[in-house]
Amino acid sequence: MPDPNVPDIGPSPSPDPSRAAGGLRVTVDLNRCQAYAQCCYAAPDHFTLHGAEALHYDPAPTAAARDAIERARVSCPIQAILVEDAGSGHP
Amino acid sequence: MTCDHLVIVGASLAGLRGAEAARQAGFAGRLTLIGDEPHRPYDRPPLSKQVLTGSVAPAATALPNLVPLAAEWHLGSAAAALDRGERVVTLQDGRRIAYDRLLIATGARPRPWPDAAQGRLAGVHTLRGREDAAALRASLAEKPARVLVIGGGFIGCEVAAACRDLGLPVTLVETGPTVLAGVLGTYLGAVVGALHEARGVDLVFDAKVEALEDDGTGRVVRARLADGRAIETDCVVVALGAVRNTEWLTGSGLAFDEGGVDCDPEGYVVDTEGRPDKAIAAAGDVARFPHPLYDGRRVALEHWGHAAAQGAHAARLLTGHGAGPYDEVPAFWSSQGGVTIKSVGLTEGADSLVIAQGDPKTGRFLALYGRAGRCIAAVSFDSVRWLPAYAEMVAVRAPFPPIRGGVDQGRLSEMAPGLAQRDET
Ligand SMILES: Cc1cc2nc3c(=O)[nH]c(=O)nc-3n(C[C@H](O)[C@H](O)[C@H](O)COP(=O)(O)OP(=O)(O)OC[C@H]3O[C@@H](n4cnc5c(N)ncnc54)[C@H](O)[C@@H]3O)c2cc1C
Ligand code: SF4
Repeated sequence: MPDPNVPDIGPSPSPDPSRAAGGLRVTVDLNRCQAYAQCCYAAPDHFTLHGAEALHYDPAPTAAARDAIERARVSCPIQAILVEDAGSGHP
Repeated sequence: MTCDHLVIVGASLAGLRGAEAARQAGFAGRLTLIGDEPHRPYDRPPLSKQVLTGSVAPAATALPNLVPLAAEWHLGSAAAALDRGERVVTLQDGRRIAYDRLLIATGARPRPWPDAAQGRLAGVHTLRGREDAAALRASLAEKPARVLVIGGGFIGCEVAAACRDLGLPVTLVETGPTVLAGVLGTYLGAVVGALHEARGVDLVFDAKVEALEDDGTGRVVRARLADGRAIETDCVVVALGAVRNTEWLTGSGLAFDEGGVDCDPEGYVVDTEGRPDKAIAAAGDVARFPHPLYDGRRVALEHWGHAAAQGAHAARLLTGHGAGPYDEVPAFWSSQGGVTIKSVGLTEGADSLVIAQGDPKTGRFLALYGRAGRCIAAVSFDSVRWLPAYAEMVAVRAPFPPIRGGVDQGRLSEMAPGLAQRDET
C-alpha cells in the first residue's frame, strides 16, 4: 500500500475550507439508510430526520464535532455513514 | 498485462470510489485523477435539496475520501482527446498523460435549453455542479416573484419542492401528463404531482415552453408556451435531463454518443466494431452497459449508488483485482417536499403495478412493478422498511404479482403503471 503520509502530488486543488480548519467530511449512503434515526440521537446537531424518512446531515462538521460524528457513525446499524477525518492523516 | 499506471478521467463520485477501490484492493502503482472542475470530488445530491434551501453551503459537500490515495491530481484540466494506440490522454492545455489502464468517469451534464441565446439570459439556470447550485441558491435568496421549472423529472421536482420550502411561488411545466412519467409511470407520477400541488406548486402538464423572453436588458421576464400562454417569471430552471460527457472520445474509435460510452458486460469499453478494449473501462453516469438483470438491455443510469459501485468495480477490473460482469441492482433515492422516494430495479417496460404495502392515500406505500410475470422494480414512498424484502424479489426476478401470505389477504389488484411500452427487438 502507498504510504499514507506521502502527500498528493500535482497541481494543488482548490482550497477547501473544511480541510483548513481540520474539519470532517461526511456523506450518508441514502440508498441504504433505513431512517432508524440512531445517528440523530447520537449527534442531534448534525443529523436530523425531516418528514418520515428524509435524513438531513451536516456534510462538513468542524473538528469540534469529531466525537459526536464518530458516535453517530458507529451507532448506524447498517454503516451507512461515511466519514473522512482530517485528523486521521488521510489526504 | 500489468498495470503500472491507472489514469482516471472524471474526478467525481465514480472516479473517487474507483481510485479508493483500486488502493483498497492493493494496487500500488501510479494513480492519476484528471478532472475538469477545479474542485476535489464533491457530492451532488444535496445541490438540488439542502443547498437550495440554504441549510448546506454549496462548497460544503466535499466527498469523504475513505482510503489514502497517494494520487496525482490534475484538477481544472479537461481531457480533450484519447489515443488508444499510443495509450495517451491529451489534456486541453496540451499535456499528454500516458496510461496503462484508463477509467472513463466523465459523467453527464444538463441538457441545455435548445436556444443558446435564451439559455444565457440572466435568471436562467441549469443544475449539475457546485457553481450552478450556488448561482441558483443566490437567485432564490433574492426572492424571485415566480420561479419557473421546465421539466418534471427528479431534479425539476426537487427544485420545485425547495422553492416551496422557501415560500416562493413556483410553476412547473412538463410536456407529459404527470411529473416523473418516464421513470415511475403516470400512475405514481400522478401521486407525486398531487403531493406537489398540495404544497402549492402550480403544475402545468401536456404543455411545452417554446421560448424564454427578456425585457431588452438580457434578464428573463417571461416564458411563452407553445399554446400561446405566457408565464411571467424572473427565475427559470431548465431541468430537461442529462447528456453524457463523451465528446472528448471523438476520434478514439470507441462506440459512444450523447447517451453514453458503450461497455461490455464486465465494463470494458467497446469500439465501433463492438470489440472490447481491455485497457479501458467506464463507470457511472457516462457508462452504457448491458444489464444482466434486464435481459442484457443497454442502460445508462444516473444514480449515486450506481456511480459508486460501478466505479469500484471498474477500477478493480482494470488493476487485475476483480473480474466478471457488473450486475449491481440499480437503486436510487429522492427526497422532495419531505417525502422520501426510494427505488430498486428499473421500471422501464413495466406492464403491471401493484401496491404491495400501505396505501397511496396515506402517503406511505410500496409499489411493485412487473413485466411479463416477473418483478422488475420496487418503489417505496416513506416506507423504506419494506423495501429490502421487495428488493430481494427484484434481484431474483421473482414471479409477479407476488403471492401474499395469510388467508385473510386477498389478491393484489394489478394496475397499469402508465409507462411507455418498449419494443421487443
Ligand atoms: C443536482 C443533482 C441531484 C442528484 N440527486 C440524486 C439523488 O437524490 N439520488 C441519486 O441516486 N442520485 C442523484 N443524483 C445523481 C448522482 O449525483 C450522479 O449519478 C453521480 O454524480 C454520477 O457520478 P459520476 O462520477 O458518474 O459523474 P459526475 O458526478 O457527473 O462526474 C463526472 C466528472 O467528470 C468531469 N468531466 C467531464 N468531462 C471531462 C473531461 N473531458 N475531462 C475531465 N473531467 C471531465 C465532470 O466535470 C465531473 O466533475 C443527482 C445529481 C445531481 C446533478
Ligand atoms: S443511523 Fe444509519 S440508518 Fe439510521 S438514520 Fe442514521 S444513517 Fe440512516
